[in-house]
Amino acid sequence: MRHSAFFLKPEEKEKNAAMVEWTEQERSIITNIFGNLDYEDVGSKALSRCLIVYPWTQRYFASFGNLYNAEAIKTNPNIAAHGTKVLHGLDRAVKNMDNIKATYAELSVLHSEKLHVDPDNFKLLADCLTIVIAAKLGSAFSPEIQAVPLKSAACATGEELWPLFMCVTSFQMKK
Amino acid sequence: MLSKKEKQLIREIWERLTPVAEDIGADALLRMFASYPGTKTYFSHLDIGPGSAHLSSHGKKIVLAIAEGAKDISQLTVTLAPLQTLHAYQLRIDPTNFKLLSHCLLVTLACFMGEGFTPEAHAAIDKFLSAFAAVLAEKYR
Repeated sequence: MRHSAFFLKPEEKEKNAAMVEWTEQERSIITNIFGNLDYEDVGSKALSRCLIVYPWTQRYFASFGNLYNAEAIKTNPNIAAHGTKVLHGLDRAVKNMDNIKATYAELSVLHSEKLHVDPDNFKLLADCLTIVIAAKLGSAFSPEIQAVPLKSAACATGEELWPLFMCVTSFQMKK
Repeated sequence: MLSKKEKQLIREIWERLTPVAEDIGADALLRMFASYPGTKTYFSHLDIGPGSAHLSSHGKKIVLAIAEGAKDISQLTVTLAPLQTLHAYQLRIDPTNFKLLSHCLLVTLACFMGEGFTPEAHAAIDKFLSAFAAVLAEKYR
């Protein structure tokens, strides 16, 4: 069931989010990419890049130690560990692509009710993850591969994010 | 806000991209069309398939214009004056699309430069492209 995303009511968007249909090709592209990633390396690089490129995101990491400059962020072990955690979180969505909403219910509540993270930040981290993966894969990260989760996401949720997984996290935000 | 060091880094990077402006520009445009199909509506008069001559020449134009702006960032408003008029009165591309192309340019640079596209370079260029887009949209209203 694919509508033009612009005029969906919030409850319709939520319903559609649970009904994302992945083609075989999209599934294999996504599982391939994640299957070949070093989660420790990519996770830490993506998170530290986010804190450097969008410094205001550091507001959520006040207790993580020295974030004074780019070097400090890149070598901060707490940030590296957290980045790895985030990638493992994404891995759960990859392994449950037909049920991301339920898979992320708890994490979603955590980010909204306890951590109070503005959902716009998920997009910033997602963009940094895209760029870290692009730097790793070079020209193998083709325009078609880059567009995969976006194509499915735009139809189902009205959001335009890569990866889809991060935007679904925000759906549990209490209004 | 760009530091002196960042302005120099930006200048150097875009200087290196100038000889391959066609490839960089075409790649970024293809990524944008694939990820954000609405952007294709501005190109209905051109052939924008992969490898097309229109795609290469248009990509080259865009990258060279950005490189020109990078040479002296403090003079962006002067350098971009003719392009400001073109975009405001003729092309009338909705400025939200500038963000989409900027993102795709960053992805292209990451693919092209690999580890060389450091977080510092990424931050500097992201800021530069935002400033560039803002100046480009100044005459819209």
